[in-house]
Amino acid sequence: MIPAKFDYIKASSVNEAVNLLDEHGFDAKILSGGHSLIPAMKLRLNRPEILIDISGISGLNTIEETGSEVIIGANCTHTQIVNSEVIYKNVNILKQAAETVGDVQVRNRGTIGGSLAHADPSADYPAVVLACEAKIEVEGKKGKRTIDAKDFFVGIFTTALEDDELITAVRFPKVAHGNYQKFYQSASRFAVVGVAVVHDGSGVKVGVTGVADTPYRATAVEKAYKNNNDSDAAEHAVDGVEVMEDHFADAEYRTHLAKVMVKRALEA
Amino acid sequence: MGNFIGKSVKRREDARFLKGAGKYTDDIKLPKMAHAAFVRSPYAHAKILSVKTEEAEKADGVVAVFTAKDGCGEFGVPCGWQVDFKNGETMREPKHPLLAKDKIKHLGEAVAIVIAETLEQARDAVELVEVDYEELPSVTDPKKAMEEGAPLVHDEWENNAAFDWCIGNDRAEVEAALEKAHHVTEMEYRNQRLAPNAMEPRSYIADYDVNGDKWTLYTSTQNPHLIRLLLCAFALGIPEHKVRVVSRDVGGGFGSKIYHYTEEALLTWASKEIGRPIKWTSDRSEAFLTDAHGRDHVVKSKMGFDKDGKIVAHLTDEYCGMGAYLSTFAPAVPTYLHGTLFQGVYTTPLIHLNVTAPFTHTVPVDAYRGAGRPEATYLLERIISKGAQEMGMDPAEIRFKNFIPPFDGVEEEGYQTQVALQYDSGNYEKALKRGLEMLGYEDFRKEQEKARKKGKLLGVGISTYIEGCGIAPSAVVGALGARAGLYEVGQVRVQPTGKVSVFTGAHSHGQGHETVFAQFVADKLGIPMDDVEIEHGDTEQVAFGMGTYGSRSLAVGGSAIIKSIDKILEKGAKIAAHKLEAAEEDLEYLDGKWTVKGTDKSISFGDVSLTAYVPHDYPEGLEPGLDFSSFYDPSNFTYPFGTHIAVVEVDADTGAVELQRFIAVDDVGNVMNPMIVDGQIQGGVAQGVGQALLEEVVYDEGGQMITGSYMDYAMPRADDLPMIETDRTTTPCPHNPLGVKGAGEAGAIGSTPAVVNAVVDALAHLGVTDIQMPLKPQTVWRAMQN
Repeated sequence: MIPAKFDYIKASSVNEAVNLLDEHGFDAKILSGGHSLIPAMKLRLNRPEILIDISGISGLNTIEETGSEVIIGANCTHTQIVNSEVIYKNVNILKQAAETVGDVQVRNRGTIGGSLAHADPSADYPAVVLACEAKIEVEGKKGKRTIDAKDFFVGIFTTALEDDELITAVRFPKVAHGNYQKFYQSASRFAVVGVAVVHDGSGVKVGVTGVADTPYRATAVEKAYKNNNDSDAAEHAVDGVEVMEDHFADAEYRTHLAKVMVKRALEA
Repeated sequence: MGNFIGKSVKRREDARFLKGAGKYTDDIKLPKMAHAAFVRSPYAHAKILSVKTEEAEKADGVVAVFTAKDGCGEFGVPCGWQVDFKNGETMREPKHPLLAKDKIKHLGEAVAIVIAETLEQARDAVELVEVDYEELPSVTDPKKAMEEGAPLVHDEWENNAAFDWCIGNDRAEVEAALEKAHHVTEMEYRNQRLAPNAMEPRSYIADYDVNGDKWTLYTSTQNPHLIRLLLCAFALGIPEHKVRVVSRDVGGGFGSKIYHYTEEALLTWASKEIGRPIKWTSDRSEAFLTDAHGRDHVVKSKMGFDKDGKIVAHLTDEYCGMGAYLSTFAPAVPTYLHGTLFQGVYTTPLIHLNVTAPFTHTVPVDAYRGAGRPEATYLLERIISKGAQEMGMDPAEIRFKNFIPPFDGVEEEGYQTQVALQYDSGNYEKALKRGLEMLGYEDFRKEQEKARKKGKLLGVGISTYIEGCGIAPSAVVGALGARAGLYEVGQVRVQPTGKVSVFTGAHSHGQGHETVFAQFVADKLGIPMDDVEIEHGDTEQVAFGMGTYGSRSLAVGGSAIIKSIDKILEKGAKIAAHKLEAAEEDLEYLDGKWTVKGTDKSISFGDVSLTAYVPHDYPEGLEPGLDFSSFYDPSNFTYPFGTHIAVVEVDADTGAVELQRFIAVDDVGNVMNPMIVDGQIQGGVAQGVGQALLEEVVYDEGGQMITGSYMDYAMPRADDLPMIETDRTTTPCPHNPLGVKGAGEAGAIGSTPAVVNAVVDALAHLGVTDIQMPLKPQTVWRAMQN
C-alpha cells in the first residue's frame, strides 16, 4: 500500500493549477479530497508523476445562492453539502445523494468536483447533476467554459474535461421536488443503482448511475411519464442501455433494480 | 463468589488501546532494521520459467534479493496435524516452500523477497524483479478439483486428494435407515470461503544477533511457543533454546494468526544472511491473498425423520478445500473439529459423515473463528429447519422433539455421541425456551401472518447449536493425528511483597486475558486485582504454552493457573502454620489471610510471601520462595451451547435482507466477566451474520480473486446489525476447576444458520426452501422469482 514515487505541488490559484496541468500534461493529476485517487495510487493502479493539490485554493469551497441557482465550489466536501442550509432548501436532492456517499470520513474529505471529475460509473452525484441539468464550470489554458451535465460524462472514468482543465464549480438550478434512490453495493457502498428524479412543471427528468458504464438520462422513462403520468414509466429504466454486470448484480437483476429504484424515486 | 469473579470489570488493556499506546509488531523499530517486500505470483497456477533479480539488486537501497535458488530454497513450513486416508494411505503432505521454485500453486504465492533500507525502496525494487511465467489451467473449487481431468495442484500424485476421512456409524446402516425413513430432507450447498480480516495485518520482525548466535522473532501470532517449535524443529532446523519469539499486542486473529507462515521462517533465515533485523508487514491486498482462509466446504446431505419428526439418520458427503498446501491445523478442521459435532444437540441414532479434502489452486484454508463447528452447525441447523418446513412442523417444536435431555455431567453421566465425543453437560431445551420467550415467539408468528397479508416479508430463524471448546486432552488429539499436545501452562510467581506475576501460555489478541485472568487470580488469592499482573506472549518469559484458539484460554489456560494457585496456597499454609504456631489443618484461608479457625490469630498473604523470601523463621525442610508452574491437560473438551434467533425483513422488490432482531442465549458455563462474554458473543454474531449475508471470497475461472479488497469483499458494519440481545443459561463444565466452557467462538457458530433460517422462513410461503450463502440481495431476489 505504498504508491510509486511522485512529486507534489500545492497550487494557490486556479490559474497556477491550470498552468501546471498544461506543463505536465498526462503525467499530472489534480488532487482534491483524494478519496479515489490516493487508494488507486497506493495499489499502484494509478501512477501520476505529479500531484497538483487544489485543496488550498481559496474560493473553491463556497456554496452560493443566486436568484435561480445554487453554485457549489468544486472543493466543497460531501459533508459541506449535507450540512448546507442553502442546498437543503434549494437542491434537496443533492443533499439526499451526498448523505449516501461513503461514510463520515469519506464525506469529510471527498469533494463534489473530485467525484465528478473521477466519473466512477457507480458514483452518486452523476445521477443528480444529470437530472438537475446542472452545469459544470471548468477552467483551462484556453479560459473558462461551461459544460452541460449531459455532455460531461463520456465513458467509464472519462469526462469531457481537457487535459489542462479542472472543475471550478457546479451550478444547480433550484429544484422544488426531487428524490434520490440508491441501492447500495454492500462492500463499497457505491451505487449498484442510483436514480435521481427531478419533477418540473411539465414532467420529470431522470438521471441514472451504476447501471451503465456511463451515467445517463432515462429519456424513455421521462417520455412515458409525460404520456401517462404514472410510475409504470419505470419499466423503461434501461431502454437502449447496455447494463453492467458484476458479482453483486448481473444484468437481469440490475435491470430489475433500476426499474424498482426509478419507480420509488418517481413515487417519492 | 469473590469480589471480582462474575463482575463486569472494565478491561485493563483498553486504556492503552484507546490511547493508541498498544505495542503491535509493526510499532517496533529496531536499530539497523531493514524492510522486506515480496514478489508475488499474479497467477493461480504457472510454471516459473525464469526469475531475474539483477535490476532489483542494483536498485537504490536494496540490501538483498533472495529466491528459491538461494539457501532458503531447501526449507518449508510443516503441517501440524496428520489425517490419513480411509484406506490407510498416509496423508499427502506436499512441501510448502518458503519461496516458489519451479511452479506457482496459488495466487499471491511468493517468488522472491526483496530487502531494502526502506519499505518504499523495497516496494519499488519488487517491480524490477522480472519473472517469466507460463500460466497453466487451475482449479479453485474443491468439488471440481476431484473431477476426472482436473488440473493437478501437485504433480506427484494422481489426483488432488490430500486425504479422505469418515466418522460415525456404518454408512450402509445409515443408508438403510434413510431408505426406511418417513421423510428425507436433502440439501446441497456450499459453505463459502471466507477471508479472516483481522484488523491488524500479519507483521513480523526477525532479528538475528551474531552475539550469542541467537534469533528473536517478533510476530503477530496467537501462539508464540508453537511458532517457535515449528520454526525451529520443522521449518529451519535451528536450536529452540536460541530462539525467542515475542508476540505482544495482536490486533485480532480469528484463527488466521495461529499458523506458522512461510514469511516468518523466511525472514528468520534472511536475517542471519544479512546480519540485520528485517521487518515485513502484510498490506490488506496481501492479506486477502495470503492469510489462511476459512470454510470452503461443498456439502451434500440427507436427514431422515420418522412421522413424528424424530431424526432417524443423517448422512453427509463433503468436499473440503485445503488450498494449495496444508496449513498448520488444516486437516483437523473439516474432520475432528467438524465431524465430531454432527450429533448436534439431538438424539440422532445414526450418523455418517464422509469427507474428501482436495488440494486447490488457492491460498491454504484453515481454522477461522469456529473452525469446523460453524460448518457443522450450519448444516444441522439448516437441515432440521428445512425438514420441519417440508413436514409442516414448527422449527421450535421439531427441536424440542429431538433434544438430548438435560444432564449435568455430575449426577447424570456425560452424553456419548455417535461421533466419538462425550458431551460434558448440557440443557439445550432451557436455552431454546429462554430464546423463544425473549422473542415472544407466538406473538411474532401472528405479526408475521398479518405482515404477509400486506406483502411484507418477515421471517424468524432458530439455531440451537453446540460446539466443542477447551482443546484438548493431549492423548485424545494425539490419537486423532495432532502432532502436538494441547495442554496449557500457568505459572504464578508471588513476589516478596505479595504482588503476583502470572505467566500464561495462552495469548490475548482481543480476548481480555489481562483482565479476566487477574479477576480470578485476585479472587482465589483474596488480594486486590491491582496486585496481579498477567504476562503472556514472550517465550523467554513464559515457560511454555500452546496459545489461544478454539476458545481454550480460560478452560485450559485458566485451569493451569488455578493449579499453580492451589500449590501456592498449599505451601503458603505451611508457612502460615509455622508462623502462627498452629497445625495446618486448623487454618482457613479467606480474604487474603490464614486464620486459625475460631480465633482472631491470622497472618496475611503478604506476610507469608515475605517470609517465603526472607526465610529466617521458617518451617524446617521447606524450600524458600513462592513460585509455581503447572501444566494442565484437560480430561475432556468443553461443550458450550445455546440458542440464537434472528428476525429479518426481506424487501419484496429487491431481495435485500434487513436483520431486525438478534437474540443470543448462550451457555458458556460459569462466567468470569459478563461484559467480556457479551462482547465476545456480539463480535462473534457479527462475524456469523457476515457469513450469512455478506462475505465470500470469489475466484474466477482463471483463479483470479475478484474479491481482493473491501470494494468487493463485503464485511459486516455496525449499521448492518441490530443491537444484539444477549442472555445466558449457566450449566457449569463439570471437569475443570472454574466450571467454564469458553465463549470466543459461540457467536460465530450459532448465528449463521439462524439468519439463513429466518430469510427462508420469510419466503417459505413462496415455496422457497433453501438459499445459498451469502444471502446477497440478488440471490434472495432470484430465489423469490423461482
